Amino acid sequence: MIVTVLLLLSSLTFPPSPPSELRAFDTPNDAGRSITLTWKNPPEDESLKGYEVYRAEAVKGEYSMVGFVLSGDETYRDGDVVDGVEYYYFVRGLREVEFSDSERVGPAVSRAQWFNVGRTSFLVIVVVFCVLVFWYIRRARRGDSLFVRKIPGLEAVDEAVGRSTEMGRPVLYVSGLGTLSDVTTLAALSILGRVAKRTAQYEVPLIVPCTEPLVMTTAQEIVKQSYTEAGRPDLYNEGNIFYLTYDQFGYAAGVDGIMLRDRPGAVFLQGYFYAEALILAETGYAIGAIQIAGTTSTTQLPFFVAACDYTLIGEEMFAASSYLSKEPVMLGTLKAEDVMKVLIVVIFLGAALLGTLGFLVSRYSGHEGLTNAFESLVNLFAAE
Amino acid sequence: MKRLLPLAITFVTGMLIVVAFVLPHPPFGGLEDRFLNWYLIVVGFTMLLGVDSLVRMHISKLARRRPGWGYSVVLLVSLALTVIVGVWSWIGWRSIIHPVAPFMYIYTHVIIPLQATMFALLAFFIASAAYRAFRARTVDATLLLVAAGIVMLGRVPVGAYLTQKFPNFVQLPVIADWIMDVPQLAAKRGILIGAYLGAVAMSLRIILGVERTYLA
Repeated sequence: MIVTVLLLLSSLTFPPSPPSELRAFDTPNDAGRSITLTWKNPPEDESLKGYEVYRAEAVKGEYSMVGFVLSGDETYRDGDVVDGVEYYYFVRGLREVEFSDSERVGPAVSRAQWFNVGRTSFLVIVVVFCVLVFWYIRRARRGDSLFVRKIPGLEAVDEAVGRSTEMGRPVLYVSGLGTLSDVTTLAALSILGRVAKRTAQYEVPLIVPCTEPLVMTTAQEIVKQSYTEAGRPDLYNEGNIFYLTYDQFGYAAGVDGIMLRDRPGAVFLQGYFYAEALILAETGYAIGAIQIAGTTSTTQLPFFVAACDYTLIGEEMFAASSYLSKEPVMLGTLKAEDVMKVLIVVIFLGAALLGTLGFLVSRYSGHEGLTNAFESLVNLFAAE
Repeated sequence: MKRLLPLAITFVTGMLIVVAFVLPHPPFGGLEDRFLNWYLIVVGFTMLLGVDSLVRMHISKLARRRPGWGYSVVLLVSLALTVIVGVWSWIGWRSIIHPVAPFMYIYTHVIIPLQATMFALLAFFIASAAYRAFRARTVDATLLLVAAGIVMLGRVPVGAYLTQKFPNFVQLPVIADWIMDVPQLAAKRGILIGAYLGAVAMSLRIILGVERTYLA
């Protein structure tokens, strides 16, 4: 007991150990105006409050505090610097009153980089993918037939709208909580165009409650265009595509209310969903509607699979516009996707094989060549 | 021209963002953030369109005495009251999110409990969906039932207690972790890789003007 108290008192009286191995360098792969500092924490000191970062423009100049990080952190990014100017730093380990300073380091100069090395793999993948897309588009334009597997969820669109027509009930289209800047929402809107064309042909009302005004405006234009293309602009009702609310559960309550009051015969749940996904899908099930869901949210997919008649899983949503339009050029991009997936699987298998072999070779013969090759491969594809 | 201009804007903007992603040097660096800020400004203005749509729809419902018109009265009165209280909070406390501002009172005592109520309903919906999904009518559903049973038992103390005397590899928490870390994660990653590739393909189609459905 006495020893513990003495240790505690001594730890409070003496200054903490200073941070060691301080480095200040230009933040890599950025647009400049940033210097990164790294250091090593002193041996475990729970009474340490944090670190103050000090900066000056000359090694013996006047240092001023530019930032504070809590104890445990070992990096700080100074984003308030001018490119081309030399800066010097030190870091102060702070207890309550006691402190200790690291050595001074510098000069560090920030500069903008022309190329983000950490994104090389992204560039390689995009370039390869673009080449594949152009290649398959060219093939499609030449008239080559491209096989695309059946997607039951998209085949069922006509069935769902038809059933709604037979029941004399409206069709409800829910485009999720995504904004117009989400590519999932754009995919959902392209499916909406197809659904709207069918509802116009079958003369069934289409209800589209939206969670974002910009999505609402776009949806109105898409539906209007689809009704015109179907030769029934007279059936278009702007009031059926309306804004509900930005609030997640307010939106869920509003859509549930529409389902229970209007009892749609078909419900489309297409877009990006969060926790409200199952609330909507189960209410749709309860009213006996045929439900076609589609999302890229892996956490909500199981709920849709459990509660809906058909589910478009991830990529199937993005394939929808190409699949439904049957245009050769659009189908060409689908083929490119498939080839890219095969390439990625081959890379995964190769890396797994290389890693396993590297482990076995280094364990039984001590050679690190394969392990190093495996690590280089992993680093090449490690995203920044 | 009506179609060409939006397509040209999409192409130039899309290409600039792709270039900015790999070239951080000015003038490309920070372009994505700048475009997103412009987008947010546009969204701010479109909020007026949203409110206009909401108010018009409910006034029309009210005027025609459609079924459930009483809810429209509640909505319109609540909307007006919230706006008034928000303006009052701004004038009196210089911020609508000031802890003692009346707007925060509405947020804390009306909006949060309503959100919590809706979220709480999820438990019942999960139970009913799970009941349907776990009925062992097919091989797939049986596998799902067994896997879900193991994972659920492995996540609670009684699961660990039941199998604590067995060898490590047949203990429920260990099997549950294996199911979540290996087959579940593999399936999830497979879906994600497909979805990301699909998103890249869709983006390319939009940038190149092949995909035009969003233009209506």
